[in-house]
Order: sequence, then C-alpha cells, then structure tokens
Amino acid sequence: MKFLEKYLHKMEPHFIKGGKYEKWNPLFETLATFAFTPKLVTTKGSHIRDGVDLKRTMMTVILALIPCLIFGIYNTGHWEMAVSEANRNLPYFDMMGAKFLNGLIIVMPVVVVSYGVGLGIEFLFGMIRGHALHEGFLVSGMLIPLTMPADVPLWMVGLATAFAVIIGKEIFGGTGMNVVNIALTARAFLFFAYPTSMSGDKVWMSGLSDKMASNPEAVDGFSGATALGDLASFMSDKATVAGEVVQSNVAVQSFSSEYSALESFMGMIPGSIGETSTMACLIGAAILIFTGVGSLRIILSFFAGGFIMGLLLNAIGGNPYLDLPAYYHLIIGGFAFGAIFMATDPVTASQTATGKIIYGFFGGFLAIMIRVLNPAYPEGVFLAILFMNVMAPIIDHYIVQANINRRLKRLKTT
Amino acid sequence: MSNTISIQKGLDIRLLGEATTEIKDIPVSRTVCLSPADFHGLIPKMVVKEGASVKVGDAVFFDKKNEKVKFVSPASGTIKEIVRAEKRRIVQIIIESDSKQICKKFKVKKISDTTKDELLDLLMESGIWPSVKQRPLDIIADPSNEPKGIFVSSFDSSPLAPDYSFILGEQMEQVQMGLNALNVLAEGKVHLSSRPNSAFAKMENVKHHTITGSHPAGNIGTQIHHIDPVNKGEFVWCINIQDVAAIGKLLQSGTVDAKKCIAVTGSEVSSPTYLNIHAGSSMSDILKDNVKGENVRYISGNVLTGDQKSSDDYIGYYHNQVTVIPEGNEYKFFLTTGWLGLGFDKFSNSRLFPTFLLPKSKKFVLDTNTNGEERAFVVTGELEKVFPFDILPMHLTKAAITDDIDGMENLGIYEVAPEDFALCEYVCTTKINIQEKIRQGLDLIASECM
Repeated sequence: MKFLEKYLHKMEPHFIKGGKYEKWNPLFETLATFAFTPKLVTTKGSHIRDGVDLKRTMMTVILALIPCLIFGIYNTGHWEMAVSEANRNLPYFDMMGAKFLNGLIIVMPVVVVSYGVGLGIEFLFGMIRGHALHEGFLVSGMLIPLTMPADVPLWMVGLATAFAVIIGKEIFGGTGMNVVNIALTARAFLFFAYPTSMSGDKVWMSGLSDKMASNPEAVDGFSGATALGDLASFMSDKATVAGEVVQSNVAVQSFSSEYSALESFMGMIPGSIGETSTMACLIGAAILIFTGVGSLRIILSFFAGGFIMGLLLNAIGGNPYLDLPAYYHLIIGGFAFGAIFMATDPVTASQTATGKIIYGFFGGFLAIMIRVLNPAYPEGVFLAILFMNVMAPIIDHYIVQANINRRLKRLKTT
Repeated sequence: MSNTISIQKGLDIRLLGEATTEIKDIPVSRTVCLSPADFHGLIPKMVVKEGASVKVGDAVFFDKKNEKVKFVSPASGTIKEIVRAEKRRIVQIIIESDSKQICKKFKVKKISDTTKDELLDLLMESGIWPSVKQRPLDIIADPSNEPKGIFVSSFDSSPLAPDYSFILGEQMEQVQMGLNALNVLAEGKVHLSSRPNSAFAKMENVKHHTITGSHPAGNIGTQIHHIDPVNKGEFVWCINIQDVAAIGKLLQSGTVDAKKCIAVTGSEVSSPTYLNIHAGSSMSDILKDNVKGENVRYISGNVLTGDQKSSDDYIGYYHNQVTVIPEGNEYKFFLTTGWLGLGFDKFSNSRLFPTFLLPKSKKFVLDTNTNGEERAFVVTGELEKVFPFDILPMHLTKAAITDDIDGMENLGIYEVAPEDFALCEYVCTTKINIQEKIRQGLDLIASECM
C-alpha cells in the first residue's frame, strides 16, 4: 500500500488551500481518510486515544444491515416471480438463484440511487462548509432503500433522499445534529407526498403495479396485499385476507394460515424491501448489541412496549384485528426493523440511560397503537419513532433535571 | 475505622513499560526549572532578577493575588534566565545549580505547639503550599477559605502510575508527620484513601477509606465525590501523598526537600524504573540513554493527563512520572492497521475492537495517533461507562462547550477537574478534547461565579 500512500502525498498539495483543486478538498479528504487513517496526533489532553472512530462505528451498523439486505433481495425476487406467474402460493425455496438475481436487479438500483443522491448532496454541503464527508449518511443511505416498497419508482427514492438529507439533516448542521431520523424522514416524505404510490396493495411486490396497469387479466384474482393491509381491513366491515373476503369470526384463523407465525418471523411475506424478516433483523440486533453500537435498552423496551400494547388490545377485543395475538405484532410489518435499526439511532434517540428505556417503551407502545387503531395508516412504526424522536429531548430533560435535583437536595441536607 | 468504596465504572488502560521496583539516584541537573505555567491561572510576580543567587527554598516569585504564596527554588545556584512568552508572560525560570546545594533554614516548632495560622504561614513561606490544590476549579488552594475536608489519595490508578507505597516505604514517619500537620489545618477532617491492605492503612489522625475498582478510582475527584461531594460554595483541599511526606520532612528538618521520586515509564523507555530526582529536573537528564526510537513523545506525567514536553524541557511541578510513547504521525492503511483493520494492536473500551478477547496480562503499545478525525457527538452512553460520578458527562461537556454557566453549575462543574474527564476523552468516538473544554468551562466559572 506504499504506492497508494505515495500517490496521496503527491496529490495532497493540489487539494489543500491554495492548490489547483482547492474546492475539491472535501472529496479528496473523504477518499484519503477512507483509505488511510490520517496521521493526526493528539495535541491536547489525553495523549492516547481509543481505536474507535465514527467510521468504524457506522461500518458496523452497515454490517448489521447486510442480513436484512440479502434477505430483502431474495424476498423481493420471490414475490416478483409470484406476480409474473400470478401465483401467491409459489414455493418459496424454488429456483433460489433466479430469485436472488431478480431481486438484485430490482433492489440494487434503489440502493444506488439512495447512495448516489445522498452522498452527492453531502459532498455539496461538505464543499460549501469546507469539511470532508461525515459518516452518518453511510448508514442512512442503506436504511432508506430497505424501508421502501419494492415497486417504488427510482425518482421517488431520489427525491425522498434529497428531502431527507437537506431538510432532515443538513439544515440542522449535518451528522449528529439532526432532530429526526434521516431514513424515516425519507419514508415519511414519500408516505405523505405520494400516498397512492406508498400504500395500497399494488406496490409491495415488484412489477405488480405495472402489470395491473398494462394487462389486468394476467393478474386477475391475484392479491398484492401485505399482512398489514389485510389486518387494516379487519377494522372495516369487509375483512379480507390475501384478496379473499372472510367472515370476521374466522378472520384471525385465515390470517394466520396465510401468514403463519414462522413465515412472518422468517420474512417470507410481501412487504418493504428490508423489513419483512424479523430473523434477519435479529441477526443485525445481535451484532449491534454485542458491539455496543445499538442500545439494548432501546431495543428491549421497544419490543416490550409493542407487546404490552398488543396485550392491551387483546384485552379490549371486539374485532378480529384487536384479537390478533400480541406476538404477531412484533413479527409483521416493520416493527422489528424499526426497533433495531431506526429507534436505536443514537443522535435522535434519548441520550440518557433511563431516558432510553422510556423512549423505547413508548416508541413500541405507540407503534402498535397507531397501527391498529388508526384507520389511515396501515403501519405505525415509522410514525411512532418519528414522534418519539421529537419527544426524546423532553424525556432527557426530565432525566437531567432529576440529576440536577439530586445535587440540589444534597446541598440542602448539608 | 475504614469504609470501603467500590468504584464500578472505569477503565485500566494496560500499557507496556511499567517501572521496575528499584530506585536509582541521579545527580542534580545542571539547570533546573520552576515554571509558572504549571500553575493554572497563576500570575507570577518575580522576587529575584536574572543573575541573583538562590538557595534551596528561597522565594523566586509569588502569587500576584496572594503575596504570601511563595514559589521557591528547587536548587541552589544562580538564576540563569527568565523565559518570557508573548505579552512578557513569564513561562519559565531557569536556575543554574551549583555543586553545594545549600538549603534555606525555616523556623519550625513541634506540630502540637503550632497553630493553624502559623502552619499556613510556614507552608506558604517554604513554597510547599502550591502543592495543595482545591476543588472546585482545580487550582492552588486559597488559604483564606475554610475547607470542609482535606483529601489525600495514597495511590495513583492512572496508566503506569508510580506506586506510592513503594516510593514512600521508608518515609512512613514523615508521611505521618505531614498528615498530622494537615489535621491541624483541616481541624480533624483529613481523608486518606488507600487500596485494600495498603501500608498506609496504619496512619493515624485521618479518616480511612478503602477504594476498590479500576481507574479513575485513584483520582482524588472520584474519591471526593464518593466520600463527601463538593457543593456550590464549599471548598475541599487535596494534596499528593508525596507532598504530604515533604511537609513531614520540612517539619522534621526545617529545610525544603527538593528531591522527589518519580517513575520513568512507557513503551519507548529502555529500562523503566524509579528515579530520585530534583524537582524541576530536565527531561534530558531524567531520560539520559534510556529512550528507544527517534519518533517519540516525551510526557511529563501520565499518558492521560500529562504535558507534552520536548527533550530540552523540564518535568512539571505536579508530576511524579515521566512517560515516553511512540508518536503516531503516520498514515495507517484502513484494512491493516487503520480504522477497518482487525485491531489486535489497539486498546479499546468498545467491543468494536477485539481487546476484550485478549488476556488481561497482555500489555499494549499505544501511539499518539487520534485514530480518527473529530466529529460531532453521535454515540451516546460511552462516556458514562468510564465516569464513576453521579454526573452526566456528555451533558456537562456540552454545557462547557456552549459556555452555558447555569447548565454547568447545575450539572456539577464544581465537583470536577479536567483530569476526571481524561478517560472520557480517551474513549470518546468524537475525538473532541474534552479536558480542554472542561478547563475552559472552569475558567469561565472562575471569572463569572467565584
């Protein structure tokens, strides 16, 4: 690697102040500091420093997302083939290579657009502000595609990413300064700006919306519904499961035979690209918790909050959705993905240890509440987390105030 | 009566280059130095001019705010040079030592016959007073304040720190005399904290505290917080155990003992050992023929809180240790030794590196590379793991960075010193110089609230 180092040394004068390519310095810096840990030494305070830096931390989150990405690619490929054969009961583990390849062709452009647009804007802001790329977007850029429905148009991904990076982050000052989670901002932007493209039954399986538009007969009788879409119908007079109208007294049974707990847990159901597999999310959770990058407090309390809300709804009962076993809520939709990768974003979560527990609990609690009781949105996780992002500073305020009060009390007693 | 305090949070950084248990003597340096820059916030007023001859214990300058607080020469000889920086600020007084080392004689009485005021005057006159520091603010104690206690730690838990029970093994009598003197100053509120089964456990006239746990268990700030925390408007004093022995020697002989024992440590020291040196000795004399490698950093003090020195510099007033570690001023390829490497050579408190897999006996050679660039605060909860105070370190640091005086007061700035944040600074992903920020916060508090 000496030749690369020498090359960097040779190029460096061009990119520093007064050099030929001065304004491209952020780009040069980013690439150089990616390839080599820079030769910065401590000047003040502690003379030695821990090995961790933000690059390694963020890279660990990306690593934790890989299982979700790989499974998401396969799952997308599977449902794409289910659409082309108009058969919802296509065997899941047939033709794995073809399905994976299909998925790759669908998912990769979304990933590329997300990173391309996001990093482009980040570099632009870096050049304006005169600093190299800060690593935050490396994770956001992966999270955004994983929260998208498979059939999302690429221009929407680009627009949402641009919105999230500029309005969600850069106007607040960049990495570490944002109030709400970047990836969820992108998701929420699309949800409210293009509701028809982001919900309903057509968007979750790749190719379905095109096919329905061009050749409706080919997919006649084929339902692109997701588990959450079906469940939302349970709240209305006409409960449906995978396109079939069912009696409300057997709705839960037919739901659990269409989406068995195991299939839902493994993620073999239609849904957003990376969110369906609770299993893959849990592998990611194990990596995050083991390395200490993700907060165990948040993840556990988020699941606890969701489960308790589920039990509460069971206790109320009265319609099939409320009667759905509480554990089902944790394995369908984006619940696990949100709990593990979105809620744990340290910048937007609570920063105090106790605050994290409260933040996580209410995040999970509200997610299920919105999911079940709100007729407008089939999924509540991203709204709940965004809401808790906004509430996190208030939670922290009270935790910090408690700390301050302890100190004041000590003063009074002495 | 001893009560045991167990420190649960913290981190022992396992560095290579611990001093072996033997003490060598080195002759007094040709030049020694007394540096006003070692005393934070001090404005010195010179007593002597260049060329004047001084004895050990003769005043060289005093504190402009309190004329009685004298700073005395650690060697006898002549004032060679008064080094000034911008705005004629005095940074160093270089004293050329003679061969005789004559000591100034002070009038001392038996401690039982000495009043508190007499003792204060003696300590200030003999130049020992500056070794007494106060909390809040971590500066030389103001003798006009009434301290609610005097705290002495009999051990240092920082990386490669000297073992005081070894250094002072022969001087227990002087330590006891020093503690007796402190007892007069604090009217019975002297706290001595030690490790379990320490030789200092038999000291009298003190309240004993036994401390277990990793660094910063030995930091006086940690101990004060767990024994009797400082509230707004209160003062505590603290002093290093070796300086307690110096008080004892002064009371015994009537002269200032300018000798002290230091540990010479670090991975770049050929034979790490203990040295008996003159206070203010030059780094080149201390490290003579004992440094491996060229590209190294000389540190007066330990790696977490010490001062960077060049080889022609001098050891700091408060330091009982010299450390030499490699400089890290080179690029590291990201997959091998850089940020994405396996990292078996890095010592990390986080599980992002395999430090936790390695046996506890493994010692590390760490260089001065920051291992990454400065970033905003992103990761939360990591500072708290090494900060054994009921204080929120990240919130306090942010309050200090933003000059938020109310915030700092509320969050506990009166209890802390920059050194308490050294481990936070070490583990922090942001690479922000937290100790510097805390010091700036303390300066602001000093100018606005004290």
